[in-house]
Amino acid sequence: MLFLSKKQDWLGNIRGDVLAGTVVALALIPEAIAFSIIAGVDPKVGLYASFCIAVITAFVGGRPGMISAATGAMALLMVSLVKEHGLQYLLAATLLTGVLQIFAGYLKVGSLMSFVSRSVVTGFVNALAILIFMAQLPELTHVTWHVYAMTASGLAIIYLFPYIPVIGKSLPSPLVCIVVLTGVSIYLNLDIHTVGDMGQLPDALPIFLWPEVPLTLETLQIIFPYSAGLAMVGLLESLMTATIIDDLTDTSSDKNRECKGQGLANIGAGLLGGMAGCAMIGQSVINIKSGGRGRLSTLIAGSFLLIMVVFLDEWISRIPMAALVAVMIMVSIGTFSWRSIVNLKQYPLSTNVVMVMTVIVVVWTHNLAMGVFVGVLLASLFFANKISHFMCVESELDDETNTRTYHVIGQIFFNSADKFIAAFDFKEAVDKVVIDLHRAHFWDITSVTALDKAVIKFRREGADVELIGMNEATTTIIDRFGVHDKPEEIEKIMGGH
Amino acid sequence: MNTDKNRVLACIDGSTLSEAVCDYAAWIARRVDAPLKLLHTIDHHPETAPKSDLSGNIGVDSRDHLLEEIISLEQQRSKLQLQQGKLQLQAAKERVKQAGVADPIVNQRHGSLVESLIELEDSIRVLVLGLRGKVHENQPDKIGAKLESIIRSLHRPILVVNAAFKTPERIMIAYDGSKAAEKAVDMVATSPLYHGLTCHLVSVSKDDGSIEKLLEDAANKLRNAGDIKVIAKKLQGKPEQALCEYQETHNIDLTVMGAYSHTRLHDLLLGSFTARMLLNTKKPLLLLR
Repeated sequence: MLFLSKKQDWLGNIRGDVLAGTVVALALIPEAIAFSIIAGVDPKVGLYASFCIAVITAFVGGRPGMISAATGAMALLMVSLVKEHGLQYLLAATLLTGVLQIFAGYLKVGSLMSFVSRSVVTGFVNALAILIFMAQLPELTHVTWHVYAMTASGLAIIYLFPYIPVIGKSLPSPLVCIVVLTGVSIYLNLDIHTVGDMGQLPDALPIFLWPEVPLTLETLQIIFPYSAGLAMVGLLESLMTATIIDDLTDTSSDKNRECKGQGLANIGAGLLGGMAGCAMIGQSVINIKSGGRGRLSTLIAGSFLLIMVVFLDEWISRIPMAALVAVMIMVSIGTFSWRSIVNLKQYPLSTNVVMVMTVIVVVWTHNLAMGVFVGVLLASLFFANKISHFMCVESELDDETNTRTYHVIGQIFFNSADKFIAAFDFKEAVDKVVIDLHRAHFWDITSVTALDKAVIKFRREGADVELIGMNEATTTIIDRFGVHDKPEEIEKIMGGH
Repeated sequence: MNTDKNRVLACIDGSTLSEAVCDYAAWIARRVDAPLKLLHTIDHHPETAPKSDLSGNIGVDSRDHLLEEIISLEQQRSKLQLQQGKLQLQAAKERVKQAGVADPIVNQRHGSLVESLIELEDSIRVLVLGLRGKVHENQPDKIGAKLESIIRSLHRPILVVNAAFKTPERIMIAYDGSKAAEKAVDMVATSPLYHGLTCHLVSVSKDDGSIEKLLEDAANKLRNAGDIKVIAKKLQGKPEQALCEYQETHNIDLTVMGAYSHTRLHDLLLGSFTARMLLNTKKPLLLLR
């Protein structure tokens, strides 16, 4: 299944895919270089990775038209590994990341994405945008005014060039920005940072090499925490990007295949001397905007990137960093969901808290996985809290027999169990208590214990207790939905409402 | 969804063959007394981009703007297609009504034709469709792009229409002794569609032993079925050529045959007899899977 693809995925949109792939390749070069610099490795590591990941995901990915390459989210996670142990350990960690992702694909982790709510996704992309922006700051501090002027004019070119009639919409403005700024800096002979200052650029095609690390348990102990984080962040960003493209193109994608595809791509990157990567939200949106839809666009983007880099390395090393910073600021602006700020006013507080907390945790830890973890956790707690409100206890007293009847309606689980107990009046002196559970749903053991507790308390006060409708109520204690998820079973369980 | 299992389903796409498709469908519906359904599908082609903007930049909320832009483009396009489809269906409905079908059902669906047909398969008795759709309309050396996958994925009789309507009087069964051919004979024998027609039972083969006996048996089966005149004939030569020549010399109006009995791989290597027949024949083919 992994290598199967429909003919129309490849050839359904040849012209659009080739053009869009070219535009994306041009935009990928500055990103790959910028992210290598974030990770603290030579630009060639990011460029090889981008080539390799794009080409492999074109064939084995689950989402046609999605662009995967070296990314900032991943680069941020490897900083300390590179600093403490060097490049070879990064390559080994990249390999292991791929293996973990393939496992995740076979364990169908892709379907777990349904636990990641909309506000967590928004928080994730906002945090990503902030991280990309923050990563540009070192290039913008302690520099001469030339750099600010270059960056500002770069941004002006990127956003204003498309308004020029005819050529505006047919030439990618980030490319124009880079070409113009490089020309200006060479012409004026400015003394500012260029890509060449940042490390080695590729001058040949990548070659197959096994990471030079000792194959010991110690190595595994070093790389495993990094690989696990990389695998998780990579899958999260890839699956989120896949969902975004699903929405944009009104088509569906195979999320588990995407997990395996990302894994294979990372293994490939590790073996060709590249860093780990994943899907890129910004580039994928650029691809769709440029008219790319099929697998061909991703393949063109990857291969064209490598061809250009290998043949133009002389020129690429002379690109001023200010031009790259301008492109990356554009990516950051484009990735950020500005609408989410406007929406803060309309959305419920719990949703906003989830979104903002996700952002804060990510920016704090520089780890997107942590942010998503906190976001999902908060969202689940808020959800449990909301559901616990759907419980009420009504009661009536029969004076003749001195019997109090409680009617319990709603959801009883760990979060509403205390409220459930508090609803009973244990101080009232009655002879008999009837608890009607026909319309109550017991979801877990905590709720059953709470019921037991209530019964015991009543008995201690000297009342006889009768439970009615117990069978209906306890059928809801279901651990696994297998036989129970048919419509008629759901009707039986939820029948009380 | 209607559970009526016995529909004649005609696929309309506004190409030149659509009128003939209506006529043949009406003819079948009246002869077998089955309800007729006219189907038009709106294929969305999500694999192609509606527009491309190579400016390569992303700005404030460009994701949301891009989504809105694509949605409105697609909405306009779909509205237009819906409208066109409605007109085509209206014309088709008038046509089959004039041909005497009392109350044809019209249906418009989104998605590719193949998908829609697979979903509707249970309610189909006979499927009628044109040899070529709009895309290949003026290319006589091509058959419709989706025809093969439709024939391969459905397990109902399919009438492939390739010329203007002519009330069938003489039909031909391409008989090779295979199971599919046997089924074709059974169907012709039992269906009211063929009552009162002349049936040429034709076999093309090199060896002359076993097939003759089978041919005779099949001819007898048809004769016993009642109101069918049977002429059994054995031919020599290349099957598709011999059959097409026979069609012309004997004025055959409709050919019944099995279709795509081999796997795709076999056909890829050796070529498919069905595909060659579809290309070469001048008369409608009723294909059985």
